[in-house]
Amino acid sequence: MSAHILTQPTGAAHTRIYSYGAARGENVVDNEALIGPIDSSDEWIRQRTGIVTRTRAVAETDAIDLASAAAAEAVERAGIPASDVDLVIVATISNPKQTPSVSAIVADRVGANPAAAYDLNAACAGFAYGVAQADALIRAGAARYAIVVGAEKLSDIVDPADRSISFLLGDGAGAVVVGPSEFPGIGPTVWGSDGSKADAVGMNHTLVEFRDGSAPWPTLRQEGPTVFRWAVWEMVKVARQALDAAGVTASDLAAFVPHQANMRIIDEFAKQLGLPETVVVARDIETTGNTSAASIPLATHRLLAEHPDVAGGLALQIGFGAGLVFGAQVVVLPGTAAPAH
Amino acid sequence: MALSQEEVLAGLAELITDETGISADEVALEKSFTDDLDIDSISMMTIVVNAEEKFGVTIPDDEVKNLKTVGDAVTFITSNQS
Repeated sequence: MSAHILTQPTGAAHTRIYSYGAARGENVVDNEALIGPIDSSDEWIRQRTGIVTRTRAVAETDAIDLASAAAAEAVERAGIPASDVDLVIVATISNPKQTPSVSAIVADRVGANPAAAYDLNAACAGFAYGVAQADALIRAGAARYAIVVGAEKLSDIVDPADRSISFLLGDGAGAVVVGPSEFPGIGPTVWGSDGSKADAVGMNHTLVEFRDGSAPWPTLRQEGPTVFRWAVWEMVKVARQALDAAGVTASDLAAFVPHQANMRIIDEFAKQLGLPETVVVARDIETTGNTSAASIPLATHRLLAEHPDVAGGLALQIGFGAGLVFGAQVVVLPGTAAPAH
Repeated sequence: MALSQEEVLAGLAELITDETGISADEVALEKSFTDDLDIDSISMMTIVVNAEEKFGVTIPDDEVKNLKTVGDAVTFITSNQS
C-alpha cells in the first residue's frame, strides 16, 4: 500500500449545453454548379438527397477559421469569460494538417489559452462523441467549462466527378459550450463502432499513395445503399436506446437532430422512430449540405433561431458515419424555458 | 408456410407501390428495377428492408446488387423463405 495519499477530483453533479455557435462556408453552391462532371441534374440531386444548395468556404478559409468563428459565438452566447474555458475539443476529419491540432489554435484564438485541447476523429458522429467526452470530463472534475466544436472543410476532399457522396458535402462549423448545471442537461451517450464496415464510407486513397504517384488526391467515397440501410434501420435502434437511457420517450422531445447526411435518411429515420408531429425535425441539410461533424450543432443552431419555442426542451441528437461509428444522446436545449425533466 | 411465386410477387408489388407510388399492375417479373421502374438505390434499399420483414428473409447488401429485375427478387425471396 502506498504511503502517499493522492488527491483525485470530483466534478459537477450535472452538465448542460449553455449555448451554440455556427459558421458556414461563404459560398452558396447550387446543384447546377455541380451537375456537369457527374452528368446529372438539379432534379436528380434534389430527389436523391433533398439538397438545394450547400455552403462551401472560399480558398482562404480553412476548418480552423470556421471552428474559431463558431466557438467564439458559442462563448459569447454562453455568458462566461473565455478564460474560464479549460477544455477545447474539435471533431474534424478534414483538416489537411495532421498536426498541430485544430483545437489548440481555436483555444488560443477565442481566448481560452491554456485550455486542454485535442481533436477527435469520429467523422459524422464526432460532435456527439465530443459532447460525451465534455460531459464526462466535467463531471469527473477534469474540466469545468468545455467548448465542443464540429468543423469541416470537406470541399478540399471531394471529387467533382464522384457520384457517391461529393455533391452532398458542404463546409462549416458548429460549436457548443458545455458546463456545470443544476439539473441533468446531457443524457447518457449511446455510442459505438462497427469497423467491419470500414469500407462503406471514407477516403479512397492514402496520402502516401498520393505522394508516391500511385493514386490521385484522396477524396471521400461511400457505398450509398449500404450506408442508407445502416443509417436508418440500425441507427433507429441506437436512437431508441438513447431515449431509454435518458428515461424519456419520443413524445417528450421538442426536437430531433440527426446528422444531416441526406434528407431521405432524415425522413425515413423520423418515420421509423415514430416521432409525434410536435417534434421539430432538423432539416438544415437542404441549404447547408452534409457537413459531417459540424452538421448537428449547425442544424441545432438554426433550429433555435427558427423555432425559439424549442429552447429549454429536449433534443435527441444522433451522429453516424465513417468507421463506421455512431453516437447519440438526449440533451436539454439552452434557453429560458424550464426543462421538462 | 412458404408463399408461392405469385403471392411473393403480389406482396412485393405492394411494397413497391408504398415506396414509389408505382401502380402494382406495372410490377412484373421481367421489369428492371432501375431501367423500367426507375427505382433509385435508396428506394430499393427501403423496399429490401420492408421485404425482409414482410417475407421473413435476410437480403444482404451484397445480394441487393444482384437483384436487377423484379423476377430476381421474387426468386431470391421464394428460395430463401424459412
